[in-house]
Amino acid sequence: MAYVAIRGGADAIKGSARLMDALRAMGSSAPLELDQIERQMPLLHSRVLSEGGLYHPRLASLALKQSLGDSLEAAFFLRAYRSTKPRLGETAPHDTRTMRVVRRVSAAFKDIPGGQMLGATPDYLHRLFRFELMDEGPETFAQIARDWFGNRPKAEAPLTFPKVLDTLRDEGLLAPLAESDEEPFDITREPLIFPVPRSAQLATMARGETGGLLALAYSNMRGYGDVHPTVGELRVGYVPVMVPHPVTGKPMEAGEVLVTECEIVAMFEKADDGAPVFTLGYGACFGHNEVKAIAMAVLDRAISVAKDKGRIANPSEDPEFVLLHVDGIESMGFCTHYKMPHYVTFQSDMDRLRAARTKAEEAADAPR
Amino acid sequence: MHPVDTMGQNREGAEYGFAFLDEDAKRELRRTIFKAVCIPGHQVPYASREMPIARGFGTGGMQLTLALLGPDDTCKVIDQGADDSVNAANIRAFFALTCPGVTGTLRTEEASVIQTRHRIPELPLRADQILVFQVPYPDPLVVVESNAAKRRRMHGRADYARLWVKLYEDMVAFDEITISHRYPTRINGHYIIDPSPIPRFDVPKLHQAECLYLFGAGREKRIYAVPPHTDAIPITFNDVAFAVESFRDKTTGKRHVCRRCGADDSFLDEFPDNDGARVFQCSDAAWCDMRLERLEAAE
Repeated sequence: MAYVAIRGGADAIKGSARLMDALRAMGSSAPLELDQIERQMPLLHSRVLSEGGLYHPRLASLALKQSLGDSLEAAFFLRAYRSTKPRLGETAPHDTRTMRVVRRVSAAFKDIPGGQMLGATPDYLHRLFRFELMDEGPETFAQIARDWFGNRPKAEAPLTFPKVLDTLRDEGLLAPLAESDEEPFDITREPLIFPVPRSAQLATMARGETGGLLALAYSNMRGYGDVHPTVGELRVGYVPVMVPHPVTGKPMEAGEVLVTECEIVAMFEKADDGAPVFTLGYGACFGHNEVKAIAMAVLDRAISVAKDKGRIANPSEDPEFVLLHVDGIESMGFCTHYKMPHYVTFQSDMDRLRAARTKAEEAADAPR
Repeated sequence: MHPVDTMGQNREGAEYGFAFLDEDAKRELRRTIFKAVCIPGHQVPYASREMPIARGFGTGGMQLTLALLGPDDTCKVIDQGADDSVNAANIRAFFALTCPGVTGTLRTEEASVIQTRHRIPELPLRADQILVFQVPYPDPLVVVESNAAKRRRMHGRADYARLWVKLYEDMVAFDEITISHRYPTRINGHYIIDPSPIPRFDVPKLHQAECLYLFGAGREKRIYAVPPHTDAIPITFNDVAFAVESFRDKTTGKRHVCRRCGADDSFLDEFPDNDGARVFQCSDAAWCDMRLERLEAAE
């Protein structure tokens, strides 16, 4: 559409955009390279990949650069970009047993088949400043990785691991996995009309905003709910993406995606055949986002509990309450929109207030 | 005022297809629009793609407009009645970037598609025009029922008893219906809609109109319509008249008029000038300009 020169607004927006851009360049820092974002802020980068719901590491870096580091805005870039792309096909369900694992832990057992593998985690670090990092030379920086790789024997650990929960299943403590041939619900092509299937529930949370999921899950953890989770297994790694070959239709590996997956075990319930079993909550998302995956698993369990009982006792158990409020793009956008002009509706508000005040004054003045 | 250049030469938008969305998305939107027109006032769910403009800023309206626009269309975007409001300017710039060939206009009578937030233009729209509303809350029942599944049942049964109770409670508490904008309006005798945050002043324009009104709620993922020649009645009681904003000065008893064009029958923006005095001016900028042009021509 042809651009129409108009007063005020358009010029102000242009100026504001230029200032946003200029903020990056002020001072004497070097321009951020996309690699630096992906390599040196991988957890922020992961968050954007996951909340954006589009696995495109390079664009996620660009999004962070362009949004000046705002994770909500950066995820938004990926989502908006996604709207321009058609859905070309579907993959078959992926088994995360094929994951090339970089970290896996279980809180349920002291030792697990294949062993616990702490990997890279801040969990047991003292949050004390390492002031020497304030001024890091390129030589010492390069040395860190050289030191790490230096004396490392190749293939000291297996690449894939069995699932911890399989041992519980073998013992019958966890209900066997039900094979489902239900079409997965595609939240990018259908709106949520409640009640929604569990696949819609999981997909919505998988690209939900970390803080939103955490707040709701935390409410359940500390008293507004009773999931009482045990982390059966938390694993992080690369899952090969198998897509049908365009000609032969046979599955072929198109690449791999970094995924965090969490399975929580919750207190037991009666199974259909009468014997009580543990129950499961599932969380998974793109990137390395452990808090998000755990929160998601807790909420998945909380919603399922309420579904089974037919009674919602807490906000975190209400699928509508949870699923309609955890999306960062939607909640951030709507919160931001209140900054836009609202003077027509405010005019209308004043009209009603004045009318009501007039009525009240008349009533006060009227002879009793 | 009368732009003729098109966006064919715009390199910044060249990496995206016409009207930004992929063709499947546009087809889904058009199907949803048909359904909405066939069932006046019914909120039809649709997937709602993310726009590069934030939720709450008119993404529902934008998707409708993008699905409607073809290269021979003429488009106008307003916010609070004005073309130069930041959000209108921003959305207009996006259409300019992604819809090569479409002509932009500020004049209501020239536009084939008008996207609006919070107002219906003063100039009555024709049968060959479509007004696209940006909708934050598509469901009028949300004020009385927070559960969406329950609300859907209530709409199906035309069970609006609790809305009436709310109006009644207003009368008891304030001797006035205090709903200022987003006034619940019954369409074709069945569904009650939230007509988006237009003032009460604009609600009567929905009734038996010549043009098609389309409502798009992007975040809430609903589209609904008030087709031409359809009843649209704001709900109220037999003995309580539906009242639009009055603009009457309490002390003089006279209606305020626009300080620019002198209109005494338009929706007015009220704001303090630099000296702190209250001034009134047409909210519909195109209407005000048109009246000024006519006044100048008459002189």
